[in-house]
Amino acid sequence: MDILSYSAVELAAAIKEGKVTATEAMEAVLARIDEKEKDINAYVTIDREAVLKAAKAAQEKINAGELTGPLAGVPVAIKDNMCTEGMLTTCSSKILGNFIPTFSAEAVINLEKAGAVIIGKTNMDEFAMGSTTETSAYGVTRNPWNTEHVPGGSSGGSAAAVAAGECFFALGSDTGGSIRQPASFCGVVGLKPTYGTVSRYGLVAYGSSLDQIGPLTKDVTDCAVVMEVIATQDAKDSTSVKREDTDFTSALVADVKGMKIGIPRDYFGEGLDAEVKDAVLAAAKALEEKGAVVEEFDLSLVEYAIPTYYTIAAAEASSNLERFDGIKYGYRTENFEGLHNMYKKTRSEGFGAEVKRRIMLGSFVLSSGYYDAYYLKALKVKAMIKKAFDEAFAKYDLILGPVAPTTAPKLGESLSDPLKMYLGDIYTISVNLAGLPGISVPCGKDSKGLPIGLQFIADSFQEKKLIQAAYTYEKIRGDFKIEN
Amino acid sequence: MAKQYETVIGLEVHVELATKTKIFCGCSTAFGGAPNTHTCPVCTGMPGSLPVLNKQVVNYAVAVGLATNCDITQYCKFDRKNYFYPDNPQNYQISQLYLPICRNGHVDIETSEGKKSVGIHEIHMEEDAGKLIHDEWEDCSLVDYNRSGVPLIEIVSEPDMRSAEEVIAYLEKLRMIVQYLGASDCKLNEGSMRADVNLSVREVGATEFGTRTEMKNLNSFRAITHAIEGERERQIDLLESGQQVIQETRRWDDAKEYSYAMRSKEDAQDYRYFPDPDLVPVYISDEWLAQIKASQPEFREEKMARYKAEYDIPEYDIGIITDSKHMADLFEETVAICNQPKKVSNWLMGETLRLLKEKNMDPEDIIFSPENLAKLIGLADSKAINSSVAKEVFEVMFDENIDPEKYVEENGLKTVNDEGALRKTIEEIIAANPQSVEDYHNGKEKAIGFLVGQTMKAMKGKADPGMVNQILKELL
Amino acid sequence: MANIITDETIDYVGILAKLELSDEEKEQAKKDMGSMLDYIDKLGELDTTGIEPMSHVFPVQNVFREDVVTNGDESEKTLKNAPGEKDNMFMVPKTFD
Repeated sequence: MDILSYSAVELAAAIKEGKVTATEAMEAVLARIDEKEKDINAYVTIDREAVLKAAKAAQEKINAGELTGPLAGVPVAIKDNMCTEGMLTTCSSKILGNFIPTFSAEAVINLEKAGAVIIGKTNMDEFAMGSTTETSAYGVTRNPWNTEHVPGGSSGGSAAAVAAGECFFALGSDTGGSIRQPASFCGVVGLKPTYGTVSRYGLVAYGSSLDQIGPLTKDVTDCAVVMEVIATQDAKDSTSVKREDTDFTSALVADVKGMKIGIPRDYFGEGLDAEVKDAVLAAAKALEEKGAVVEEFDLSLVEYAIPTYYTIAAAEASSNLERFDGIKYGYRTENFEGLHNMYKKTRSEGFGAEVKRRIMLGSFVLSSGYYDAYYLKALKVKAMIKKAFDEAFAKYDLILGPVAPTTAPKLGESLSDPLKMYLGDIYTISVNLAGLPGISVPCGKDSKGLPIGLQFIADSFQEKKLIQAAYTYEKIRGDFKIEN
Repeated sequence: MAKQYETVIGLEVHVELATKTKIFCGCSTAFGGAPNTHTCPVCTGMPGSLPVLNKQVVNYAVAVGLATNCDITQYCKFDRKNYFYPDNPQNYQISQLYLPICRNGHVDIETSEGKKSVGIHEIHMEEDAGKLIHDEWEDCSLVDYNRSGVPLIEIVSEPDMRSAEEVIAYLEKLRMIVQYLGASDCKLNEGSMRADVNLSVREVGATEFGTRTEMKNLNSFRAITHAIEGERERQIDLLESGQQVIQETRRWDDAKEYSYAMRSKEDAQDYRYFPDPDLVPVYISDEWLAQIKASQPEFREEKMARYKAEYDIPEYDIGIITDSKHMADLFEETVAICNQPKKVSNWLMGETLRLLKEKNMDPEDIIFSPENLAKLIGLADSKAINSSVAKEVFEVMFDENIDPEKYVEENGLKTVNDEGALRKTIEEIIAANPQSVEDYHNGKEKAIGFLVGQTMKAMKGKADPGMVNQILKELL
Repeated sequence: MANIITDETIDYVGILAKLELSDEEKEQAKKDMGSMLDYIDKLGELDTTGIEPMSHVFPVQNVFREDVVTNGDESEKTLKNAPGEKDNMFMVPKTFD
């Protein structure tokens, strides 16, 4: 069997059984990267020599019985906004073009403890601001299903790497849909956990109250296994939550009998592509046939989620990105006159257009005289949106809808009109505002052959329901792979 | 007739708390480390780092709030104050704007004008900034983040003060309270207590406040007094010449005795405060509050009343001793060992104050231990050393906290109680000074003093002066 | 477009955010910010009277550290990425005259 056709869990089992070594797995991945990267550009940084050494070391530990974790020897790709000690971490920005962290993100450390071997860092929209991975300072990433199209974003590099077999699984981060939407565009599984489930320590912050790290995997089983590894309470992250129910693999049960699934009418109205709509509703029908109770309902407030999100995320980002000033790390402009000119030139040259756009918007909505009208108003609407979900989850175990209004757009189509790009986040964004978990699972292809994703949303801390429903659906659907 | 002006002053006092670690990370707050040796990703604003609140900061802030009669905000939050400056590694300072931990307090002060209550608008917790050093050689500045993240409380008064004298009285009162709580050593010269002065003037009788300025960089009571006087004059001159006071921040230069505007077109003074999403709210339960209340120390007023009742020492001495928590602790601990309040008080009021003044030190700087002071008192009591030797030993103890018993032993300072030897010395002195002996016999009482002095000199100070006197009179 | 962003506003935001835009970028920024604010103004349609602003989605509170020193001398790491360094400190353009 071709090593690359293994899922992460299958590979770990094969390594454990001695059928494959970690080094062979890494070599296979590197060979695939050699073959694909010129078309895809999923990675920003790969240190081949170090990576092969790490794989060899992992295999030795496995042989010695020292490394027995569930992901022992499995190559993983990490989104480039997670700190990796001694490995370039750029956030796909020029301003961090030379930044080498002195510590690793907690989620990365947890993966390493479980035996995973880091291949490299994946491309993304600069500082996770974007939905297409076109705002990267290091070139666009292309969709492995059709390289004329974007992979989605901001975790586009991670999603593309998984889809193209350039890794066995990847970590992404999701502030407004940045795991689920690229997963959907690239035909892989992506889960955004409940806020506070995965430590944010070492994740370079975009919108701190919305950011969560999560897995991008080939299937739901891998997703559950990776979640068990990365979901830990961390004393270094004050917003990290203590959970007792992180045995996510126990939810890998193909059964939705009696599960109540709500379909928000507001998610199926104007703007939703007909093919996407049909595919998602067909999936709902299939679940219903397996015994789920599916009904339509009105979620309300859906059209307010995007303005709320962009106010809050931009405000937090404007503050979070103040630390990039040319003093402590990263890019510093060559020529300047005095301190403030150094700040301005460094930041203007170091940040791309989309990042600047959001920093300016965020600075404005927090500025004197506008705070109440914009920022505080958005925090109040956020409370209302959370309440609307609370009411929905009083009635339903899960909400089912599309991930994005369309399949992956063509390269260059989205950037010309930022507002239009923002509208593409409509089904994913409110999940972040309410701190909820959501999963994206492939549910078909459109007439152009591009993947379509469906999204399950659960109440806070109910990832197991997501996993169970997604796993059941996956069994109904059958294999979903690119024909290479 | 010239217009009469009133000065209106409010203070923003920053106090560095005496925690072992910084407010949001496990770095040491110790003074004087080599540059950047007390730093980590959190206090240097590394990408991906996150703050976690030091609980002791909350305990101290609440304790100070209770001691200054504040309402405690049981549900409080941290906000980010955004501004770019190299000493501020994140380019935002974590502080409190919307829900500060303490509000609506007051402290009572006493000046030559009488008693007065100064309102406290709020107390909030925040992080300190790093230190900037100017490098003449390279014509640049250098940043050391050792102080970055050291916990501060900012105590914001109401504009209730009207003179430099009131300001100093208020600051001394605050310092005393904070020191009694052990929440800070409050040293102005080391920056562990810093005051920014908000000052405006208005015509006497006016009901509206004038436009105020804020003065920074005041690191001694002297500088504060001068800055207040200088700024008052500057503002009155402006108004008298038909100009207006501009609301601005000014930097006091104590050497030039003048303040300079710190304005720059790059400083918008728009801090864009918003709740810090990286920190969760602090909820101070009734139980927690009660716990802090119960562990409040005895403050000065209570202490004074108790000393009056317990010890037979003058009220003036009580005032001086309790003026400093350190001095009061030293007093009580020494008395607990030797049970001689009067004598302990005498050493503190006499030699201790003299040496403090001579060496330009604060009572907080005293290093000798209560055990050693008690030993010294014991040596003098038992006449093992005479009073001049005792003073000599005290000076060494004051500087080096030596053990007086060991020191006296090692340096052979014990009083000579061998009467035979003393008698022999006195006989020699009498023989060598016939003129003084004659003067004494002629009724010049003073002459005996000279003979005592000569004897003490011959005995290298180690004789008991009483015994010398007695033997001299007998032999004469 | 309801929100007209003036040159003064863009310059002011530039001071706050420490960004220096070319004239061309400024024109684009004025347009973009105006249309975003128009969009955000949609929130005005909602009556939020009596609703508490929600900064944290979960009622987590009192997350503390104990006051114990856990970090040693990390100055080498602290300065590892510094664009300018001298005497173990970060070198910056001079901050006062």
